[in-house]
Amino acid sequence: MGEIIKVGMADLNVTRGDGVLTTLGLGSCVGVTLYDPIKKVAGLAHIMLPSSKTIRNNTNPAKFADTGILLLLEKVLKLGASKSRLVSKLAGGAQMFSFSNKNDIMKIGERNALACKEMLNELKIPILAEDIGGNFGRTIELYADTGIIVVKTIGRGTKQI
Amino acid sequence: MGISIEEMNNVQLDVLKEIGNIGAGNAATALAKMLNRKIDMNVPKVEILEFKEVAELLGGAEKPVCGIYFNFEGDLTGNIMFLLTVKSAKMLANMLLFKEEDSDILTEIDQSALQEIGNILSGAYVSSLTTLTGLNMKISIPSLTIDMAGAILSVPIIQYGQVGDKVLLIETEFKEGMDDIKGYFFLVPDVESFEVLLKSLGVLE
Repeated sequence: MGEIIKVGMADLNVTRGDGVLTTLGLGSCVGVTLYDPIKKVAGLAHIMLPSSKTIRNNTNPAKFADTGILLLLEKVLKLGASKSRLVSKLAGGAQMFSFSNKNDIMKIGERNALACKEMLNELKIPILAEDIGGNFGRTIELYADTGIIVVKTIGRGTKQI
Repeated sequence: MGISIEEMNNVQLDVLKEIGNIGAGNAATALAKMLNRKIDMNVPKVEILEFKEVAELLGGAEKPVCGIYFNFEGDLTGNIMFLLTVKSAKMLANMLLFKEEDSDILTEIDQSALQEIGNILSGAYVSSLTTLTGLNMKISIPSLTIDMAGAILSVPIIQYGQVGDKVLLIETEFKEGMDDIKGYFFLVPDVESFEVLLKSLGVLE
């Protein structure tokens, strides 16, 4: 196993070969990955909000589904990935707290996941697997040599997607 | 549109800090009354942090913590979150239920006791806010969860993410005898409410 790169909240990064990308404690945010299985180029973005268009203060493109995925795409292509081979996986988008009243912000996880899928569809990047929703946090690790994502939770075990 | 934390001037930040001070102070007094014990409180620290720094506060993004979350509505809308390490949460529950369990597992009864503590703390916090600002606020019932710090903190961080790239955090430490109970208060007004709040306190035109 190669270098482990930590991706923070509203951040993104890329690696290749035997590198590993990880993001810790995903809650309502969504971890979006792009992967080229031939070139073994991998990218991971920690998306916080659905759209850059509805927010005035949007200096950080990695924060949003629309601009974040575009920037991630740019970075994996630069590292040698081919757009036609790219596949994606998603994890996160939980609702950590539940309230009876319909508060929009409480559904942010769901909206984040939806926005990521829409963006990936628009870019014609197939979604191979997802582990989305629920009311629990996730840590994910993306292995560039296999494209496998390991999803870890507290009290709900570990799985691969 | 809202005002972002980055755009706020020092006077406005100081006023927000003072609100945190008073709110958390009232909450600590309420806790002392509820437990019928002397609760010492450190002077609350108010910090403006980057997103990535927030998750590190309680010992890393993957560390299990207990979060108690409230909505408030009225002239001001937003959320309050009370965050504890699992150890602190257990200690608080033990005190309230007059027991001495040495475990990291929060039972159903523990959790319900913690929700009650959360209720009282946030009630005290909000009532000091309404007195101070003259604004009307109504607080919801609590929602409690135990999970990774990063995942729980993503909830207030996302709220702040809508107005900027920093988080305004009010940190309060409670102490009871030899036991350190470490708790964090997050006051997260909605985007529009920052303006209402600052206006009501006379620091925004």
